[in-house]
Amino acid sequence: MRTLLGKMSLSILGLIAAAPAFAQEDGYERDPAAGWDYLWHEIVIDITVIGIIFSIAAIWMVWKYRTKDENAVGTAPKLSKAAAIAWVLIPASLFMADDFFLSAKGWTLWNDYRRIPDEAKEIRVTAYQWYWEFDYGDEIITEELVVPKGQPIVLRMTSEDVLHSLYIPGFRVKEDVMPGRVTYVWFNPKEVGEYVHTCTEYCGTAHAEMATNVRVVEQEEYDAWFEQVKEEAKAASLNDNTQG
Amino acid sequence: MTMQTFKEWFFTTDHKRIGIMYLVGSMAAFVVAGLMALLIRLEQSNLGPTITDNPNEYNSWLYFHGAAMVLAFLIPGLTGFFANYFLPLMIGAQDVAFPRINAFSIWLFYGAIILAMLSFVIPDPPDVMWTGYPPYSISTTSNTAFYVFTLHLLGFSSVLGAVNFLVTVIYMRAPGMKWNQLNIFTWTTVAAFVLQLIFIPVLASAVTMLLFDKYLGTNFFNPEAGGDVLLYQNLFWFYSHPAVYVIFLPACGILFEIFATMCKNRVFNYKACVYGGIWGIVGISGFVWVHHLYVSGMPDWLRIGQMVTTLLISVPVGLLVMSMWGTLYKGAITFNTGMLYAVSCLFLVLSGGLTGIPLALTAITIHLSETSFVHAHFHFIMAMFSAFAMFAGIYYWFPKMFGRFADGPWATTGFIFNIVGVHVTFIPLFIIGVEGMPRRYWDYQMFPQFEPYHQVATVGAFMVATGMAITILNWVRAAFKGKVAPENPWKSCSMEWTHAPNCPQAGNFPNPPSVTDDWSPYGYDDREANMAATTDPGFPAQVKPAE
Ligand code: HEM
Ligand SMILES: [Cu+2]
Ligand SMILES: [Cu+2]
Repeated sequence: MRTLLGKMSLSILGLIAAAPAFAQEDGYERDPAAGWDYLWHEIVIDITVIGIIFSIAAIWMVWKYRTKDENAVGTAPKLSKAAAIAWVLIPASLFMADDFFLSAKGWTLWNDYRRIPDEAKEIRVTAYQWYWEFDYGDEIITEELVVPKGQPIVLRMTSEDVLHSLYIPGFRVKEDVMPGRVTYVWFNPKEVGEYVHTCTEYCGTAHAEMATNVRVVEQEEYDAWFEQVKEEAKAASLNDNTQG
Repeated sequence: MTMQTFKEWFFTTDHKRIGIMYLVGSMAAFVVAGLMALLIRLEQSNLGPTITDNPNEYNSWLYFHGAAMVLAFLIPGLTGFFANYFLPLMIGAQDVAFPRINAFSIWLFYGAIILAMLSFVIPDPPDVMWTGYPPYSISTTSNTAFYVFTLHLLGFSSVLGAVNFLVTVIYMRAPGMKWNQLNIFTWTTVAAFVLQLIFIPVLASAVTMLLFDKYLGTNFFNPEAGGDVLLYQNLFWFYSHPAVYVIFLPACGILFEIFATMCKNRVFNYKACVYGGIWGIVGISGFVWVHHLYVSGMPDWLRIGQMVTTLLISVPVGLLVMSMWGTLYKGAITFNTGMLYAVSCLFLVLSGGLTGIPLALTAITIHLSETSFVHAHFHFIMAMFSAFAMFAGIYYWFPKMFGRFADGPWATTGFIFNIVGVHVTFIPLFIIGVEGMPRRYWDYQMFPQFEPYHQVATVGAFMVATGMAITILNWVRAAFKGKVAPENPWKSCSMEWTHAPNCPQAGNFPNPPSVTDDWSPYGYDDREANMAATTDPGFPAQVKPAE
């Protein structure tokens, strides 16, 4: 028994040591959204298999051992000491193996989520009860997020009042937006289209209405849009100056 | 009810009456919170305003539903009612160690329920959800103090209960009863109370700081004045993750009792279940709270570290599950309504527990957090698994409490409505959660494609409401008019059946029991020897039922 235990703990230590290696696969295309879909698919298979095995076992036993005789008693044998220990170690190591396998996969994907590509364009986001502001720099502030296709975007986010959470389901990103702290998400808008962007941290009355659309457009269209908001911003500040 | 009986109940210190009072109080909370759930589902059944055009009203329903279901139904139902009524009977004790403190606990609990219900009549009911995160809970114009004081009362009640029951189990077991001869339910209750004792003070201090920030102008959670916005969430989940085990463990304990009795089997790998499963869960429970803050901007190393610890919960939970399944193996399985609910729990724990695994992965939760996927996950494990385990226990011990059966066609009808209804409600929510449906939404204009799923979920909620109405009415009927039950109708070996008569009187046992080392609450393989290893009950066992 002692040797078995020794081997078990060695292999667990080995797995822990190997986890970072798993987590740095080469040639992995760094795209969190695609990585999410892939890992989700694997996990669904993983938990479905476990679920089916246990369900079948339960159904089979409930069916097989049913009886009408109220005086019948069960005939499960008493476990010997060795069997009792084996019934701990074997399932525990199987569960642990699955845990470490999933941890390694999850860690890889997590690194993709957190490592911002060098070429990413930064946009600052401020959340208010109950709307968003996007700051493109140079005092260009908009209420909708427009990004050029194929350009990785990093959003640096903070809140002016309570907690909010920026969620763009289409890009599989979400992170809380808090007063006094700056958090970030990044994504790679690969296809032109409109993506829902909404708030997922309860923030009061209009929490369910804090949504806009992220517009992913071709580069030319983006440039045109950007020129236009720049003009508008200039006009607005001129206005401000003449008034003030 | 005459004045006399009212006084007898109100001033009682008998653990069984206190237990019944917990049952009534927690079921009342369940009914009111359930009505809130129907309002919530009705509102979501159509895009745009459906039954209210005021989101604040909707938010206060959500607040009441969540807070009452977790804090006033599940926790007091499991650690108040079940522990009070059955734990002393199972360990052969004549009452709890401190009966008057026990009575004080139930008054505090009723105080909390009254305070919570008052939130319906005040003009500014709390709208802070059961989690109460600042800064919103501080800046809102609604009455956060109601939330804080309700939690204080419940927490105080639970801590007193915890001390009381731990002392009871340590000092008042029947003479000769060793730790390894305890029922699994007793073990799970002890574990739940240990968790309450350790972690409730953390919750209590967190909500007290909330109170100070909102009403006394302190700045614990205000970053502008040097406070920390995330401190509250860390403290809240440091308690509230263990709190899910305060619910989960006793629910499992009830199921073990039912399976052992209805399969006439010993608990499979008892020591692995107790020391690996139950205490393993207790040991790990304080190291996983960050999985509720995966998208809250916690440091990366914490998010990754607690991803691993969270996944490792599967080891003790797995041992518990192996023992539960193993108890069916080679059993002699007979069925009653309690067993129907218990068997359904085998599948509910799978759907609820396994959907926790994707949520444990930080990177996967980035998309799923705060969506209806999470909502469905914890409803499967709490609203369905844990609540169904409670209903299983109520049916199973009904003859013990009231001397009558609650089984019958109405019981089965209620069960079918319930089990079908919960799946019709929550499977659509799993699906749209993966597609991105956020939770805590009064409306969902940005996701019109989800409307049909919400409608199906609403239909499911009304099926459950029907099932529960039938179930509760059936209990009330059965308590007064049900078929009279013989002693020990399910032929259990456990002490609450063998040594205490149905409807036990004050003092519980005609002959206070003691046991030798050969006795076991699961000694089915040789019943005679098992009975010979303990004192004579002092009343005729297993009389024929009155026809
Ligand atoms: C079997 C292992 C389990 C795992 C791995 C697990 C994992 C998780 C995770 C990671 C979350 C956070 C999701 C998020 O907010 O993004 C969560 C939420 C939750 N879980 Fe579990 N869970 C498990 C079992 C349970 C059990 C047994 C219960 C209760 C009896 C439970 C009750 C809850 C509740 C109440 C929430 C949501 C709380 C809220 O945000 O309001 N879970 N679970
Ligand atoms: Cu919000
Ligand atoms: Cu948790």
